[in-house]
Amino acid sequence: MNSFLLDGAEIPFEPGQTVIQAALAAGHYIPHLCYHPEFVPHGSCKLCTVRADGRPTAACTLPAQAGLKVESETEELNDLRRTLVQMLFAEGNHFCPSCEKSGNCVLQALGYDLGVMTAGFRHFFLDRPVDASHPDILLDFNRCVLCKLCVRASEEVDGKGVFSLAGRGIQRRLIVSAESGRLADTDIAVTDKAVEVCPVGVILRKRVGFRVPIGRRRFDARPISAQALEDAPRKPEHKHE
Amino acid sequence: MPEQDPYPRVDDVLALHRHDPTRLVQMLRDLQEAQGWLPPPVITELARKLGVSRARVEGVAAFYSFLHLQPVGYYRVLFSDNITDRMQGSQALLEYLCNKLWVEKGKVSEDGLLSIDTTSCTGLCDQGPGLLVNGWAIPRLSRERLDEIAELILARRPLAEWPQHLFHIEDNICRRDILLDHNLTPGEAIRAALARGLGTAPARPVSGRSWREGIPAAPPGPVATLEEIKRSGLRGRGGAGFATGLKWEACRNAPGETHYVVCNADEGEPGTFKDRVLLTRYADLVFEGMTVCAYVLGGGRRPTHGFLYLRGEYRYLLEPLLACLERRRREGLLGRDICGERGFDFDIEIHVGAGAYVCGEESALIESLEGKRGIPRNRPPYPVTHGYLGQPTVVNNVETFCAAALVAARGADWYRARGTPDSTGTKLLSVSGDCERPGIYEYPFGVTVREVLEDCGARDTQAVQVSGPSGSLIDAAEFDRRLAFEDLPTAGAFMVFDASRDIFEVVRNFVHFFAHESCGFCTPCRVGTAMMRNVVDKIHAGRGAQLDLEEICRLRQVMHLAAHCGLGHTACNPMQDMLKRFRPAIQRRLKSLDFEPAFDLDAALARARAFTGRDDAGAHLPAESETP
Ligand SMILES: Cc1cc2nc3c(=O)[nH]c(=O)nc-3n(C[C@H](O)[C@H](O)[C@H](O)COP(=O)(O)O)c2cc1C
Ligand code: SF4
Ligand code: SF4
Ligand code: FES
Ligand code: FES
Repeated sequence: MNSFLLDGAEIPFEPGQTVIQAALAAGHYIPHLCYHPEFVPHGSCKLCTVRADGRPTAACTLPAQAGLKVESETEELNDLRRTLVQMLFAEGNHFCPSCEKSGNCVLQALGYDLGVMTAGFRHFFLDRPVDASHPDILLDFNRCVLCKLCVRASEEVDGKGVFSLAGRGIQRRLIVSAESGRLADTDIAVTDKAVEVCPVGVILRKRVGFRVPIGRRRFDARPISAQALEDAPRKPEHKHE
Repeated sequence: MPEQDPYPRVDDVLALHRHDPTRLVQMLRDLQEAQGWLPPPVITELARKLGVSRARVEGVAAFYSFLHLQPVGYYRVLFSDNITDRMQGSQALLEYLCNKLWVEKGKVSEDGLLSIDTTSCTGLCDQGPGLLVNGWAIPRLSRERLDEIAELILARRPLAEWPQHLFHIEDNICRRDILLDHNLTPGEAIRAALARGLGTAPARPVSGRSWREGIPAAPPGPVATLEEIKRSGLRGRGGAGFATGLKWEACRNAPGETHYVVCNADEGEPGTFKDRVLLTRYADLVFEGMTVCAYVLGGGRRPTHGFLYLRGEYRYLLEPLLACLERRRREGLLGRDICGERGFDFDIEIHVGAGAYVCGEESALIESLEGKRGIPRNRPPYPVTHGYLGQPTVVNNVETFCAAALVAARGADWYRARGTPDSTGTKLLSVSGDCERPGIYEYPFGVTVREVLEDCGARDTQAVQVSGPSGSLIDAAEFDRRLAFEDLPTAGAFMVFDASRDIFEVVRNFVHFFAHESCGFCTPCRVGTAMMRNVVDKIHAGRGAQLDLEEICRLRQVMHLAAHCGLGHTACNPMQDMLKRFRPAIQRRLKSLDFEPAFDLDAALARARAFTGRDDAGAHLPAESETP
């Protein structure tokens, strides 16, 4: 079997796997946010940036190649990741103590795990009204990290196309598929994959809030670096190519 | 209502574009013609009839600056906002027009008649300031010309009836060399390519690789032409300088049903306008180069197809370009059996962009051609193997195709005689800014910055922005450097700043440009360019401090290391060059040496003062309480 080196460890891979897929399957964690094992890698958050033969590149989209030398756990790269997490926090309006996703949130968990101790940047305070129109689902756009997972889940798994990303630059934003712009006027259902897939606290189910108390949630039990390895498929499979 | 389709134009536009969803951006452009914007029911209707989700169509429309999802004025006036426009007085002129027509910048007038705003560089830098009215370019703005425009607007004269002199755009060709003096007749380069290699041994494999099964042996012409392009040393003129022959060869060797030839006429880099002149005066040469490329890729044996991606700002060139294509079809230079060569079929379509600099990046351009948002792709794979619709695709700059046509017609040796060994041939420069004769200058590669400055009549020059904001900003100590890939590479922009200019303002303009044009896909560039804009504005407002320089350095590192495409990688170049070569320009702006908050408490009380109608000293905070 072919293999590459990740921080000195030999990682076997199968043809078609990207560096992050092979690494996770072999029990090696590379921080990531927009990558989800069930979807084709998107490559937008850049948290998974590694140096491959010296060149900085996103590990989630980089095809694994035999003999590649990949560095991930370096001070430079973890510094970069901390800065990226700070930038995402500064871009949105994240008030963790009152957020239903707290403890289950990938962005928050990455912040803790990477040791982000300060805000680092002035916040943008973008004005993003919430959409509570749907009887079962709340949309809080303030927390979107633009990973596109809900868009893809809705299109590829639910066969609906409820969401899309619109706008450019810092105006980039999530929109829903309705002339009114309201979620209630789409055909989304609370059982949709799109509702489940959001890594942060944008797409929330109503009336289940705080059922599991903060302190006993996913990333309260173990850090995301350990949890991600548990979740990772141990052999390559991409259900939704 | 129910018995009548309320938006019949959707059907017309769909039919015009063969219900082909790859033409979505073109459909949206056409649909917008009716009312100047895209009302929500039109989006709904279009999505339904195309069978795609509404959000996807809206997402595409909301990506492009020139597509509007909110009502706009009947006349939409957009002032070009490059630094050279500003140096020519665009900001005062914009204000003049706003005052004259009683409208606030960025808002639609109450009667819905007009809106006035700014847009990124429109490529009229040598005859600025420029503006676009409903997408049509008007150069050389002055108060007199704005008076005339204001009258036409108030009289609600349709754009088609506006006097032609307003829209007249000069070529301003100031120096010619082999390209601008080419003397080729239409078809000459193609015939030379067809004839090339006649008499050499038939059908040899391309650089050792065999053709895939089922494809007849290649005639010698394409291979010989490819060899000629490779031997000429021609490198891409769009910026990166990739070897054109190698690109064509990689594409030719890639398996695929159709091989695509794409001409990148997005020319969005501020300060660049040489492609505009090539498309105006030398369209035949551009199309000739594309046809030669198609011949190399397809060899008359397999399907090829061409696209020219024309930036929206050059909309006025569409009809002349279409007429040129039509004439070439009549002359047998496009279409079936080109120049009588059986099986050599190739045609070219024109796609018009809609205001997005990032669409000049080749994979974003391809996405846009496919009717999507212009977001750069993950690479590998590269366009040469997986480009338009996943097929092998060559993307080259306008000027590159012109040069390729020259090589095809006159040969590699002739071409190599110009320029330097690593940068063969000539380069067109778009010269603008503080000089007597702005315009187009063609030089052999290797010319020094100083020679160009002398030729264009620049005096007391402080700095030159070579290759635009994504290139390098150099100072007088470097004017003896040579414009060539091995020294100072350039895509053509050459903006001159004399000693009276404030380099900080130059850089601030470029920082705003990148923030406006970031596609927003990746975190480092989306958030980083916006943060950078906030920092320079803070410094501009007189609230800068040493700590802000540290933030600039951090942002620069993040973007450099992790951005997804060239836009994010180069967005900090102007800032970096200022810190390196013009440090006093930013240092003297800093208020305190350590920390200064962006937040101005006294300014924040302005609304409260307005409500109470007070503006006396007692309604203001004492100055010392501003800083904690
Ligand atoms: C943000 C960005 C904008 C670009 N804009 C243009 C452009 O307007 N025209 C162009 O020819 N190349 C542009 N390029 C370079 C293209 O990606 C590509 O390299 C070029 O079209 C290849 O053609 P060439 O080899 O003939 O230079 C741009 C690149 C980036 C990253
Ligand atoms: S989405 Fe995550 S990071 Fe944002 S407020 Fe909620 S818990 Fe915090
Ligand atoms: S809503 Fe959630 S899943 Fe969708 S793009 Fe935003 S962060 Fe990603
Ligand atoms: S996880 Fe790789 S870019 Fe987001
Ligand atoms: S268009 Fe005005 S400077 Fe480029």
